[in-house]
Amino acid sequence: MDTRERIARRVALELRDNSLVNLGIGLPTLVARYVPAGMRINFQSENGIIGFGARPPEGMEDVHLTDAGGAFVSAQPGAVSFDSVMSFALIRGGHIDLTVLGGLQVDRHGRLANWIIPGKLVPGMGGAMDLVTGARRVIVAMNHTQKGTPKIVETLTLPPTADRAVTMIVTELGVMEPSPEGLVLTEVTEGVEVEAVVAATDAPLIISPDLRLMAS
Amino acid sequence: MTPQTAPPDAPAVPHPLTPAEAAALVPDGARVMIGAFMGVGTPGRIVDALIERGARDLTVIANDTARPEVGIGRLIAAGCVRRAIVAHIGTNPETQRRMIAGTIDVELVPQGTLAERIRAAGAGLGGVLTPTGLGTVVEEGKRRIEVEGQDYLLELPLRADVALIAARSADHMGNLVYSLTARNFNPVMAMAAALVIAEPNEIVPVGVLPPDAIHTPGVLVDHLVRRGERIDHGHA
Repeated sequence: MDTRERIARRVALELRDNSLVNLGIGLPTLVARYVPAGMRINFQSENGIIGFGARPPEGMEDVHLTDAGGAFVSAQPGAVSFDSVMSFALIRGGHIDLTVLGGLQVDRHGRLANWIIPGKLVPGMGGAMDLVTGARRVIVAMNHTQKGTPKIVETLTLPPTADRAVTMIVTELGVMEPSPEGLVLTEVTEGVEVEAVVAATDAPLIISPDLRLMAS
Repeated sequence: MTPQTAPPDAPAVPHPLTPAEAAALVPDGARVMIGAFMGVGTPGRIVDALIERGARDLTVIANDTARPEVGIGRLIAAGCVRRAIVAHIGTNPETQRRMIAGTIDVELVPQGTLAERIRAAGAGLGGVLTPTGLGTVVEEGKRRIEVEGQDYLLELPLRADVALIAARSADHMGNLVYSLTARNFNPVMAMAAALVIAEPNEIVPVGVLPPDAIHTPGVLVDHLVRRGERIDHGHA
């Protein structure tokens, strides 16, 4: 199993039946592949739809029906489309049960940075600031390091996306959850030593007394 | 006595404009709102006409700058834009290049805040209070206001000289209906500009669009652009 699949499969275990979920572009999008059988998830996309589905067959695409990344999607029975004001009222107003986002850095308090690398990469925040501020649960799905450099850091060196702490961080090495005392390592990937996770992490990690192998 | 009224199908908006006539109503230096999300729901024929007439120094207010060959991205690549107030430029390297070169100013606004600032302008509000952006660079220069123990940022209304709107259907009264995810910023922008020009895919007689189905009341629309040969507002 490659690392992206491992991360996506673990995040998918956090899905709850009949919930409203927003997946960010990139790795988080893979989570949709691992929805448990029989579970209904209402996927929201910030460009204005709840209930979109997989890309339709070649030639059946509707130029007015895409996800937030601009990729063609389909609409499932019961789907609803709306404008950007409604879309972000849903996001900011606490109506989204779960959002899964990529990350550039997360600090020891669980604060996320994921929208800019000043001077190098300036994509803009898009909907990320609203999602982190307003979604009930925020899961960061990302690689543990960037070419060996820890992404889970004592102090953010990149501009934060929001003040609020995320709910959970899932990487190829394990699962971490912010707490008032700091980041708690709750799960570790099979075959990975806890010491290796600590070594790959710049922020101090509290090892949970209930530490388990990473579920999948 | 039967009151004297206009025939039910009389156009309430003037004759539909050609894209070139519409582009002529957008002066150089204007603040222009343009509907779309990643090129989906852009009034593409007005955009083309703006490029053709060589529009300059526009301030574009939009969700994003799409890709260089798509929608608003084409305006950027053609050098029509001096300033962009947007949530996202990541898919358009041309916007980033021009921003670094100093030929375009980019103001990045969180997407939900952009929508609410435009809504505030159109709804007669003095601003909105949002938690989005607290403790980030977005907070710089803004007032933090506490309401019932929770902090918010005061975000000010955003209005424009012209709004360029893409719709699926218009009737002869200018009532508009949008399609799926091509709706996005179009309805709220139609509330927030001094002049509103809509480019529908089709123009139908009054009565074809049921009152309950209409998204934007025609009273907000100043001009329609006539139907073209090409009838999509999607990807180029």
